[in-house]
Amino acid sequence: MMKLRQLEIELEEVLKFKNPKVYLEQYMTPPHLAACLLHMADSKFHDIYGKTVLDIGCGSGILSCGASLLGADYTLGVDIDEDALTLFRENCSMLVPSNSVECLQCDIRQYMTNKSFRTSFDVIFMNPPYGTKNNKGIDMEFLEAATNMFKTAIYSLHKTSTRKYVCKRAKSMGLDASVQAELRYNLDATFTFHKVKSKDIEVDFIRFTPTKQTVK
Amino acid sequence: MLLSRILNMRLITHNMLTSHVKGVTNGYPLIIEATEVEEKEVDFNPEFISRMMSRIEWPALVKAMEWIGKKDCLPEEPIENCEKDNDFLQKAHHALMEIEVITGSLKCPESGRKFPISNGIPNMLLNEDEV
Repeated sequence: MMKLRQLEIELEEVLKFKNPKVYLEQYMTPPHLAACLLHMADSKFHDIYGKTVLDIGCGSGILSCGASLLGADYTLGVDIDEDALTLFRENCSMLVPSNSVECLQCDIRQYMTNKSFRTSFDVIFMNPPYGTKNNKGIDMEFLEAATNMFKTAIYSLHKTSTRKYVCKRAKSMGLDASVQAELRYNLDATFTFHKVKSKDIEVDFIRFTPTKQTVK
Repeated sequence: MLLSRILNMRLITHNMLTSHVKGVTNGYPLIIEATEVEEKEVDFNPEFISRMMSRIEWPALVKAMEWIGKKDCLPEEPIENCEKDNDFLQKAHHALMEIEVITGSLKCPESGRKFPISNGIPNMLLNEDEV
């Protein structure tokens, strides 16, 4: 298996958004963070190697690249934004040797009520928008859409301040939430509306699994 | 920058996509109307294809090949113990991994709604009234 440090070095090559869109909250998951999360999912839970992975709100593609580097069989990145997908393809084609990543343009929230993909993905990764700018609750919409599309686990990041609410909502969706790590996430000064140069937010890394009663 | 490979839509992905237009009950498989297709050689990994076989809807893959204009490349049904048959896996590999749709569209078999493919990326965005 690829070592954590090696994975991080690879992911540091991922290109960032040149003109991130504020309304889509396009900040990149930092390489160190992405590497830690993916490595944990693979080493602790065996959720990546040989699995199919869906990366919701894939953005620059750092999670898809990492999943593929850790040996995922097939990874599909989905994003609403065409520019993000262009960057995604650039990054994946540069970093991923195995031809195992593809992407798709869609609004994942449109998959909440209607049919989703034909097959479920083994694992879903997402670093959803936190809904801080006029779209409150969007991370829960992402989670709800994800519940229709997975078999084993959903890995997601949510603000620590909303943990109680997230766990409660997850339960109503038939998911058990298990907080794997508390992180301090540095958003750099990606967006001009950030008043300070660099801002840490507290984020939970959560692994969601189907509650026992809902296992088919 | 030298790009090692552009990730265009392949039939492995087509095999998973359904139409999610409101009211549609049978939106699978999406009909491929390709105007630009490329074939690119990809390293054959029999273990990978073997694992993927359980996740592939074979009749849809056969249909997809027909729409691409390569009807006779695949058997109508997977043969017995196909996971272990190298010759079979090679054919599956070719269909799933080596054919890329660059331009065209994916048509919902029920509503006729077309999802465009451009630069190798399918666009599955719906308008508000279609959700």
